[in-house]
Amino acid sequence: MIQTEDLSKQFGDFWAVNGVNLEVNPGQVLALLGQNGSGKTTTVRLLTSVLIPTRGSARVAGFDVVKSPEQVRALVGVLTEQHGLYLRMTASEYLDFFGKVYQLDAATRKKRNLEWLEYFGLAEVASQPIGQYSKGMRQKLALARTLIHEPPVLLLDEPTSAMDPESAQLVRTAIASLRNKDRTIIICTHNLVEAEMLADKIAIIYKGEILTSGTVDELKRTLLGPAEYEVQLQGKWPRRELNLPPGVIPLEKGETSSRFRIEDPHISNPLLLKELSKRKAKVVALQESPRTLEQVYLAAMERVNRV
Amino acid sequence: MFKLWRQDLRFAWLVAWRELRDQLRDWRIIFPMVVLTLILPFLANLGAQAAMNFTSTYGTPLIAERLVPFLLLVVGYFPITVSLVIALESFVGEKERGTIEPLLVTPLKDRQIFTGKLIAGTAAPLVTSYIGIIVYLIGLKFQNIPIPDLNRMAQTLILTTIQAMLMVSGAILISTQATSVRAANLMASFIVIPMALLIQGESIMLFWGNDMVLWLAVVGVAVLTALLARVGIAHFQREALLGREIDVLNLRWIGGTFWNAFRGDSRSVWSWLRHEVFGTVRKQFPIILMTIAIGVISIWAGYQWVTMNSSKFLGQMGTGELSNLLPAGMGSPITEIGLSFPIIWGHNIRAIIVILLAGLFSFGVLGALVYVLNMGIIGMVLALIKAMGQSPVTIGLYGILPHGVFEITALILASASILYIGIILVTPRPQRTLGEILIESIADWMKIAIGLVLPLLTIAAIIETWITPGLLLSVIK
Repeated sequence: MIQTEDLSKQFGDFWAVNGVNLEVNPGQVLALLGQNGSGKTTTVRLLTSVLIPTRGSARVAGFDVVKSPEQVRALVGVLTEQHGLYLRMTASEYLDFFGKVYQLDAATRKKRNLEWLEYFGLAEVASQPIGQYSKGMRQKLALARTLIHEPPVLLLDEPTSAMDPESAQLVRTAIASLRNKDRTIIICTHNLVEAEMLADKIAIIYKGEILTSGTVDELKRTLLGPAEYEVQLQGKWPRRELNLPPGVIPLEKGETSSRFRIEDPHISNPLLLKELSKRKAKVVALQESPRTLEQVYLAAMERVNRV
Repeated sequence: MFKLWRQDLRFAWLVAWRELRDQLRDWRIIFPMVVLTLILPFLANLGAQAAMNFTSTYGTPLIAERLVPFLLLVVGYFPITVSLVIALESFVGEKERGTIEPLLVTPLKDRQIFTGKLIAGTAAPLVTSYIGIIVYLIGLKFQNIPIPDLNRMAQTLILTTIQAMLMVSGAILISTQATSVRAANLMASFIVIPMALLIQGESIMLFWGNDMVLWLAVVGVAVLTALLARVGIAHFQREALLGREIDVLNLRWIGGTFWNAFRGDSRSVWSWLRHEVFGTVRKQFPIILMTIAIGVISIWAGYQWVTMNSSKFLGQMGTGELSNLLPAGMGSPITEIGLSFPIIWGHNIRAIIVILLAGLFSFGVLGALVYVLNMGIIGMVLALIKAMGQSPVTIGLYGILPHGVFEITALILASASILYIGIILVTPRPQRTLGEILIESIADWMKIAIGLVLPLLTIAAIIETWITPGLLLSVIK
C-alpha cells in the first residue's frame, strides 16, 4: 500500500509538493489529476525514493521511502513521464536487461519477456531495434518494463499517452486486471475519461497541494452538488404545479420532460414518481443526468481560481 | 563484505555491458577508434623511423632514445581522449534522452551505476589504446628500432590507464552538474585543459628521462584520479541527476547561500567571531591537528634534506648568497628587512590566496603542498644556518619565532581550512548539492581567513617589519 503524511518537496524557494496526504490500499487505483507542473511527477519521484522529501513521510509497500530506498525501488514499478528506452537495443534485450537489474533468474526473465511482449503485441518485432518502433509501441514496451518484475505497487505516469484506442484499451484492461490481483496503483493522467473508468479514488493536485480527493461519486457530490435527474413523460407535462417532495428542486421544464436536482434520490425519487402517478402522468424514464469527471475537475479548478 | 563487493561489481558490470553493447553499435564511436588503432601507430612508427635516420646521420642518439617512448605515450593517449566523449554522452546524453530515469527507479545503488558508467567510459578507449600501443611496438620491432625498456612501458601503460579513469571520473562529475550535452561540452574544458597541461608535463619528464620523477607523476595522477572518483561517488545523487535547473547561473542564490553560511545566525561582529569563526575552528580541529603534524614533518624533512646535502650547497654558494638565504623562512631577503610593511603583508596575503586557489582545484592537495613547501623551507633555512656555524635555535627564536607565532599559525589555519574543503568535497552528503557544499566550504574558509588569518598576518607583518630585524641582527655573529 501507499501512505503519505504531509509529504512535501521544496526546490529552492518553490514548493513542488506541499503537505500531500494520500492512502491507497492494495487492489485500489488512485488517479492523480492536475495541470502540467502541478506536482504529479514530483510526487511519483518522492514515492520511488528518487527524490528525498523536504518534509513529511511516505511508506510504500511497507517501507519508508527515506530509510529503505532500495527496498522501495525493488517493489515499485514505475512508468516514467518519458519512455526512456535504449533505442539501439531490441525489445527482448531491453526487457532482459531490466529483468537482470531486478534480479530475476534466466527462466523467469524469458517467460515474462515473452508473456508481456505477446500481450502488448510486440512479439513479432521483438528482435528489431527499439529505434524503429512507433510512439505507441515504445509506450507499450515501457509499460512491459514496468511490469517485468511483477511489483506490488505501480506508479504510472500517463500510461496510455500516444496510444491508438485499441492499444489504450489493452493497457486499461491490463491495469484493471492488476488491480484485481491486489496491486496498489497510482496513475497520473490528463485523460479524465480513463481516470473515471479505472480509478477507485481521485485526487486533484494543484500547485503541489491536494485540492480534493475521494471516490468519483463523492467528488461529483462535493463539487457539482446533488445529482440531477430528468423525468420523461409519455404525454405533456402536467399544467398544475407538482407537489414536490422535500429535497427536490426543479431546474428546467420542457413540454414532455423536466429536470430536477435531487438531494437524496433514494428517498425522493419514489416520492416524485408517486406524485406523478397521482397526476396520471405516464413516466417513460427517470434517469440521472450524466456528469463527467471533466466537469468535476473543471469545477475544482474554477473554485481554486475564484479563491 | 566480499559478497557485497561482488554484488556491486556484478551490477556495475551489468550497467557497463549494456552501455558497451550500445557503443559497439554506434559507428560514430567505432570509426575513430579503428582509425586511432591503426593509423596513429603507423604515423608514430614513421616518426620513430625518421628520428632514427636523423640520429644515425647527425649523431644525436639521445633524441631518438627519448622520442620513441614519447611516441608510445602519444599513441596510448590519443584513443583515451574518446573516453571523455563517451562518458559525457553516456551520462548527460542519457539525461537528455530521459533514459536515466528508468535506471534510477530501479534498486541499483548509486555506486553500482557510477562504477558501471566508469567501466563503460574507460573500457573501449583503453582497449583501443592498448591495441594501438601493441601495433606501435610491433612496428618498432619490424623497423629494428629498440623498443622502450620495461620500466618505461610500465609507466606509459599505468599513466594511460589512470589518465583514462581521470578523464571519465571528471566527465561523470561534470555530468552530474549538467543537464544537457551542450552544457557538459562547455564544462569539459575543465578536464581538457588540465589534461593537456598534464600531458605536456609528462612529455617534459619523459624527455628529461628521470625515472623517479616520472613514477612520482604516476603516483600524483593516481591520487588525483582516486580523489576525483571519490568526489564523483560522493556527489552522485539521483536527485541532482533529475534536476533541470542546475545549468542556470543563479547569482542571487549563490550570493544568498554564501552569505547565510558566512554570517550564520550572528547579529554582531563579536557573536560572529564567537560562533561562526571559532565554531568553524572547532569543526576543523582534527584537520588543524593533522596540518600541524604535516608542518612538523615538513620542517624536519627540509632540515634533514639540507643537512644531508649541506656540503654540496655550501660548495656551490658564496657567503653572500648564504646570508641572503638566511631569513627566507620569514619571506623577504635580509637587505629588505624593515623596508616595507605592505610588501611583507602583501606577500603573505598572496601566499594565502595561492593556497586557496591551488587547493580549490585540487581538493586541497595543491594548497597543502604550498604549505608543505613553506614549512619545508623553514627547516631548510634552519639547517643552512647550522651549516654556516650559527645556532639554529637562537636564530629560530629571534629571527623566526616572534612573527612566526602569528604567521605560521595563520598558515596552518588557512591550509587546514583548504584541506577541509577537499575532505568535505569527497565526503558523501545526501540532500546537499555539490554547489551548496562548495559554496559553504568557501564560506568556512573565508570565515577563517577574515576572522583569524588576516589579523594574524597583519600582526606578523608588523613584528617582521619593525621588531624581528633588530632582534635578528643582535644575535647574528
